[in-house]
Amino acid sequence: MAKAKKESDSAVLDAACAPEWTEILKQMIFIRRFEEATEREFRKGKIGGYLHVYIGQEAVASGIVGALQKGDAVFCGYRDHAQALSLGSDPNRVMAELFGKGTGVSKGKGGSMHLFDVEHGLYGGYGIVGGHLTLAAGAAYAKRYQGSDSVVVCYFGDGAMNIGSFHEAMNMAGLWGHQGMCPIVFVIENNGYAMGTSVERHSALTDLAARVRAYDIAGEKVDGQDIFAVRGVADRVVRQVRETGKPYCIEAVTYRFSGHGAADILQPYRTKEEVEQHRHRDPINILRKRLGEVCGLTDDDVKAMDEWAIERAANAVKFAEESSQPAPDELFADVVAEHGPRPVSEDERE
Amino acid sequence: MEWCAPPARLWGMGGAPEARTTPSRENEMSEKSYRDAIRDAMMEEMDRDANVLIMGEDIGVYEGTFRITAGMLKKYGPKRVLDTPIAEAGMVGTAVGMAMLGLRPIVEMMTMNFAIVAADQILNHAAKVRYFSGGQVDVPMVVRGPQGAGVQLSAQHSQSFESFYAHFPGIHVVAPATPADAKGLLKTAIRGNDPVIFLESAALYGMKGEVPDDPNFTVPFGQSRVAREGKDVTIVSFSRMLQLSLAVAAKLASDEGIECEVIDLRTLRPLDMDPVYASVTKTHRAVVVQEQWKPFGVAAEIAANITETVFDELDAPVARVTGEDVPMPYARNLELLATPHEPEIERAVRKVLYKT
Repeated sequence: MAKAKKESDSAVLDAACAPEWTEILKQMIFIRRFEEATEREFRKGKIGGYLHVYIGQEAVASGIVGALQKGDAVFCGYRDHAQALSLGSDPNRVMAELFGKGTGVSKGKGGSMHLFDVEHGLYGGYGIVGGHLTLAAGAAYAKRYQGSDSVVVCYFGDGAMNIGSFHEAMNMAGLWGHQGMCPIVFVIENNGYAMGTSVERHSALTDLAARVRAYDIAGEKVDGQDIFAVRGVADRVVRQVRETGKPYCIEAVTYRFSGHGAADILQPYRTKEEVEQHRHRDPINILRKRLGEVCGLTDDDVKAMDEWAIERAANAVKFAEESSQPAPDELFADVVAEHGPRPVSEDERE
Repeated sequence: MEWCAPPARLWGMGGAPEARTTPSRENEMSEKSYRDAIRDAMMEEMDRDANVLIMGEDIGVYEGTFRITAGMLKKYGPKRVLDTPIAEAGMVGTAVGMAMLGLRPIVEMMTMNFAIVAADQILNHAAKVRYFSGGQVDVPMVVRGPQGAGVQLSAQHSQSFESFYAHFPGIHVVAPATPADAKGLLKTAIRGNDPVIFLESAALYGMKGEVPDDPNFTVPFGQSRVAREGKDVTIVSFSRMLQLSLAVAAKLASDEGIECEVIDLRTLRPLDMDPVYASVTKTHRAVVVQEQWKPFGVAAEIAANITETVFDELDAPVARVTGEDVPMPYARNLELLATPHEPEIERAVRKVLYKT
């Protein structure tokens, strides 16, 4: 069912819009350098828990987020650094969150998997595969219920498509879409693997966009390495979803260059050759090459961007290192809004 | 379903020491069933706040398996009364997303037994999103529905879940024993900013009692209630077992002059133990009554709290009256053997009085 990619879908790059695209390139280089820094800090033991980086998939985050406007809401899985940075979260506070510091976007209580920045439209990274899809569908219903024309974007990996909450979310979104009550863009980040299990081994039907059709949700595939393609589809789809209140699904075919998580070193599920082959389609290089061809972006220009990105990432690490840990009182804050986690004592009553 | 019904006079709001929550005397009271009290609470809150909506399986066109939602679709329309597919994770998960965006969804579970299908949505999402977001979102939602045994629904449809949910921080767990509390506590649940698990006793739906008409009548969470005063033994309970405990207290008082003080916990999380400690300090003996299985249950938690806090006041070990440790059987005689009844409560009272 996936429509063949039409040339007209691709975002336009000409001299007039070159500054915007140069900015996007700069952002993508920064996300790459930021995540490389997180990998180093993880190895040094400065970042705990799990760390899942987006390296290789950046065009999917940047390309879709670029089509959004203020008031739109984004939900994603635990591979969420790129979404936060694309949405405009302060990199210092994102890094501080990974360091478990009180200055983190989630006050150091969420970590890498649970970046939240509601002010910038990020309603969370979630750690249970597929669980957040239902939340996102409900958020989309809420947007329409409140009379807003905002949309919700829900990112999830190919691995999320086999769990019950995926099917329940899709079906309810499809039903609510009939009433124009579910303005949501589902974005499948199809990086080919559910952790270490390839799409061929985890999905009976490997055409993932087609599976969504079962819930009366239209969808299409896009080359997730080519940000012009991603952004072109996103601009059209986000506009359409905003107008109709009907869900839509974009399957972004992409590849992660790093392991599943920072501890996935051996990667027995794929060969080095396979990874090398995909590195030839690095989304940053694709954008950089096009900018060179169309508007004469030079290697020196890119080098300057890269130096800026490396310095900014280093500054984020410095900020995180120098920040204080959460105050011990934070342990009990934010468990519930009212009553608190312990019995209410006599003095606390009116 | 009224097989366990205690005498009607016991179904009211109970004794004097509940001044904290009783509305002013000028307010009118009406006799309402537990079922109607729940519906009134939801409709009053939907009238009060356009952000309140209700969703669930067959709650609209069908008007609800237990008819709790009768008339609501007609009054509020399909945008606020949502018939959902049979998809508990979908219902609860979408409600969490709605709540994070500012709506106040009520999710009706056809029975709470089905809510465990949505355990990930309740426990991993609703209960935690405020915390791991560093307090950036409220999650004002209610998951409510009937639970408990008594009408031969066998193993998958007769369970009680209070200790299961009350184990987890990040949610409130409510189990009302009277129509007035059902209304007042549900209104508090809907007006609050946290996820609430609201456990109704299916066997109490037909029970009647005096309920305040005041649309601003609410019952706060975390305030246990002395449902009957006494000096000899403290009986701690909640939900349907509270009614059985009151029946036993009445019988022992009139037949033998044994005065039991009966405490209704009302909310298991937050749990208000102060009235229990005060009572045990007076009676020096305690019995805890619950319908669910004994291991790791509410009664164990209450008993542990009593021994930790007022151990020196005790003249006897705390006794627990619970369901038997088996999946619920279908056969009527076996089901009766599996669930606690008045004679077991009476035996426990005698036991802590050393009158066996």
